[in-house]
Amino acid sequence: MQSLTLIQAITDGMRTMLKERDEVLVLGEDVGKNGGVFRATEGLQEEFGESRVIDTPLSEAGIIGSSIGMAMNGLLPIAEIQFMGFIYPAYEQIMTHATRMRYRTLGAYTVPLVIRAPYGAGVRAPEIHSDSTEALFTHMPGIKVVCPSTPYDAKGLLISAIEDPDPVLFMESLRLYRSVRGEVPDGKYKVEIGKGVKRKEGDDITLIGWGAMMPVLEKAAIEAEKKLISCEIIDLRTLYPIDKDIIAESVQKTGRCVIVHEAHATGGLGNDIISIINDTSFLYMKAPIQRVTGADVHVPFFALEDHYLPTPHRVMEAIEKAIYF
Amino acid sequence: MGYENDFPMQQIVDKDGYFVREDYKNKITRDLVLTFYRHLIRVRAFDRKAKNLQRQGRIGTYAMFEGQEAAQVGSAMALKENDWMFPTYRDHAASITFGHSLPTIFAFWKGRVEGGVPPKGKQIVPPSVPIATQLPLAAGAAMAEKYKGTSNAVICYFGDGATSEGDFHEGMNFASVFKAPVVFFNQNNSYAISVPIEKQMNSKTIAQKSVAYAMPGIRIDGNDIFIVYFETLNALERARNGHGPTLIEAVTWRYGAHTTADDPTKYRNQEESEKRREFDPITRLEKFMKNYGYWDEEWVEQETKLIDEEINQAVVDMESMPNPNVSDLFDHIFAEPTWTIKEQKDAYLTHLRGEA
Repeated sequence: MQSLTLIQAITDGMRTMLKERDEVLVLGEDVGKNGGVFRATEGLQEEFGESRVIDTPLSEAGIIGSSIGMAMNGLLPIAEIQFMGFIYPAYEQIMTHATRMRYRTLGAYTVPLVIRAPYGAGVRAPEIHSDSTEALFTHMPGIKVVCPSTPYDAKGLLISAIEDPDPVLFMESLRLYRSVRGEVPDGKYKVEIGKGVKRKEGDDITLIGWGAMMPVLEKAAIEAEKKLISCEIIDLRTLYPIDKDIIAESVQKTGRCVIVHEAHATGGLGNDIISIINDTSFLYMKAPIQRVTGADVHVPFFALEDHYLPTPHRVMEAIEKAIYF
Repeated sequence: MGYENDFPMQQIVDKDGYFVREDYKNKITRDLVLTFYRHLIRVRAFDRKAKNLQRQGRIGTYAMFEGQEAAQVGSAMALKENDWMFPTYRDHAASITFGHSLPTIFAFWKGRVEGGVPPKGKQIVPPSVPIATQLPLAAGAAMAEKYKGTSNAVICYFGDGATSEGDFHEGMNFASVFKAPVVFFNQNNSYAISVPIEKQMNSKTIAQKSVAYAMPGIRIDGNDIFIVYFETLNALERARNGHGPTLIEAVTWRYGAHTTADDPTKYRNQEESEKRREFDPITRLEKFMKNYGYWDEEWVEQETKLIDEEINQAVVDMESMPNPNVSDLFDHIFAEPTWTIKEQKDAYLTHLRGEA
């Protein structure tokens, strides 16, 4: 057991699997000698060599396309996309090949690929470095999407993703990379894909979020407690397939819900969560479900990003709206 | 200007069926010539049958390759058993030659997902439909062979239009940087649906694009099965020996439409196109066989008859396939279906049974 930041836990997850299985490779821009622009792959090339930790040309479609070919041919590539806002050139490769190969060949070829992508705003990054476009991928058949908020989950989910027989998009909150720290077991362990976790018990309202929104929810819940509102907090961890049971169980108890994500509202995952509540828990609800999300605008130049991102204060307003409906 | 004169078109046998490269004489066996011929007439008969089946409404839209047989057959014959093939939707002559079954290819064009399943033990990836996207995949599959330390190689097919796509560059560059054992086999048939090559690129050849990747490139007569076979063999050999990728530009022609859904008279003179039969790959081989004493009328008749029977049987097999399994819609998205897919499948099957 060691105390690690989120990014150290991710590095530890990769190291664990590089050690365990020869088929595991890491590839991406600057991941080798430089150890990654965030240092997520620091030391890995030194330890495992250039044939396993590969500096690639600057080409997202090339990284993902070649990783798909490797994965079809028996390897377990972990491809790093430097920022989620740069993943779009690879979108076609993911949509037309990575996610479809199993279906197109009735399982003769599969693509056990992990795509790691730092996402999200809030660190004063340059333009396009702050996108949170998980919904573009949860909409796609054939790929799982995960987004851990703790170091423990980060390592466990990453190992699950590497051993998953299908493509997994592994979203890393760059805002949480070094701002959260926690106990992480040594060696190999897994956190199951598709399972959320209750971060806090509560009775009056359910707050649902993931990744960088978790500290926002926790702060809002503390504010709410001051007003004698008891919040239950759910960290989804997996964005596809969503853990519908944990959502249904919680909202059936509380009857109220606030969903928080930094992605844009329209077509955002909040709508899918509302639809799950609609399908499972309609008659339990005491108030309309609230969403606190990014607006349908581009993630702004950072001088205005605090006005784009959900804040504890906005979440608190949504909580009160639901409670006093 | 540039490199266009550095890549003259190479031939071994000219359009009249005579050797232009006498040095190849001793490399050519009777068995090789007859195998070329048999594959060529087999895939052409398949292609014509498929076109007719589409006209009769027995399969869906079909992409004809007539005219391009030598490029596909010759290159596929150069492969070894464990090599990989990444074809496009016009390359079923290549995949058939490499060992794909005829009913499976028919099934692909009948809209059946079974048409994408490779034959057992053969690495034939389903035809790539979005243009050029298969090049990075082929580079990756080749990188994996290199990582595993095998001597297997990869062949990747694409057309002239594909060279305008970003994935062409990305695949070529990755293969070059990582010295991946892959042969990029371009069939330049001069048209991307309706757009002629002069509007596709300003460079005079596709082979010259290899210069930018510091990889060997060669421009060959794609209707001369001899040069296709031997140059692909050379390129594969280089790949197997750790010398990395090669770009081959096989200059050829499709006589017909882009697909059965296309009308080529809108963009080119089809009478002119028919004149290209003067350079036909099969006619050329026939002439060669007659010129050099390989022609055996009886054998040709017998093979033609056997091929007809095989293709007719393949149509029967395709048409007697059981109805598509609705479960296939849901069961191959993930190794284990997610709850959303399970629920959707159950709901739909309930609906089909009229129980909703």
